[in-house]
Amino acid sequence: MAVGDVMRMEIPSGGDMSVTSPELHVLAVDDSIVDRKVIERLLRISACKVTTVESGARALQYLGLDGDKGASGLKDLKVNLIVTDYSMPGLTGYDLLKKIKESSVFREIPVVIMSSENILPRIEQCLREGAEDFLLKPVKLADVKRIKELIMRNEAEDCKTLSHSNKRKLAEYIDDASSPSPSSSTHDDSSAKDFPSSKQMKSADEKFSSLL
Amino acid sequence: MQRQVALIKQSLFDQGYLDEQFMELEELQDDVNPNFVEEVATLYFKDSARLINSIDQALERGSFDFNRLDNYMHQFKGSSTSIGASKVKTECTMFREYCRMGNAEGCLRTFQQVKKEHATLRKKLEHYFQLARQAGPKETARRSK
Repeated sequence: MAVGDVMRMEIPSGGDMSVTSPELHVLAVDDSIVDRKVIERLLRISACKVTTVESGARALQYLGLDGDKGASGLKDLKVNLIVTDYSMPGLTGYDLLKKIKESSVFREIPVVIMSSENILPRIEQCLREGAEDFLLKPVKLADVKRIKELIMRNEAEDCKTLSHSNKRKLAEYIDDASSPSPSSSTHDDSSAKDFPSSKQMKSADEKFSSLL
Repeated sequence: MQRQVALIKQSLFDQGYLDEQFMELEELQDDVNPNFVEEVATLYFKDSARLINSIDQALERGSFDFNRLDNYMHQFKGSSTSIGASKVKTECTMFREYCRMGNAEGCLRTFQQVKKEHATLRKKLEHYFQLARQAGPKETARRSK
């Protein structure tokens, strides 16, 4: 499949969409029109379907998380990954991340945060809240490819025989071995958050060592 | 003619107007999207003109809401970074420093520099893209896939 062949899908806002191909469908959130264009191109070149929105509020709306009972109508559309800018007016990328992780329907969707500012406490905060990774802007093709591989790998693992409850037990074990993560959110099911956090600890290490 | 285009591009890099991010964007072009960088540049200049306007108005009012000014400039710097507009980015950083210090005079002065670099880059890129279009598509596609 040549780049640009099938990837020219423009998804109209509010329109329905049936995902029939096995490609990742990425929801990209950024208030900058320039950055939206760039991230869209990066993702399309990486053979992903892309929907771009300009704010956290629009992202929630698209997912059906904004209180409207529209979620049922969007059953066909499956978002495999959310990539969001951190600094946005209204809902920040962090706020959006929290909302998604608090949702029983969407919390399994990996969320990647992008930021032009290399602020360690910010990175820590996002990873702790369940972000899959944190990308420094300007985002490069290599970053996108890496993220995509990570997500595809995780999705493949989910299909394997290891059940979710076993994963949780494993994660709790790993978590106990490392430093305990602060529970700042009001999760009813806190153990479900542990698996992402063990992944976070690992990618946090990678992130920190690459920043040194 | 393609050689001329290449030389102009090289000088833009050598003189520091553009940085490697511009090259990263060029890598994203292919036969189907041969004008991607120009499209991004067009978007950038349209968007940044709006921001310049907002900052101009805010400064003219005489009320130095440094938070707000910094906010505008954060956006401006962000998109300048995304397109590889190196000199513009540098001036944006300076402006934000003056905002942080609450230095109104510094802001005013630096903003003139921002506008100057922005206008210069715009002219140079317009010229470059115009020539690039005339020179026609490169013989070898940048991306084989």
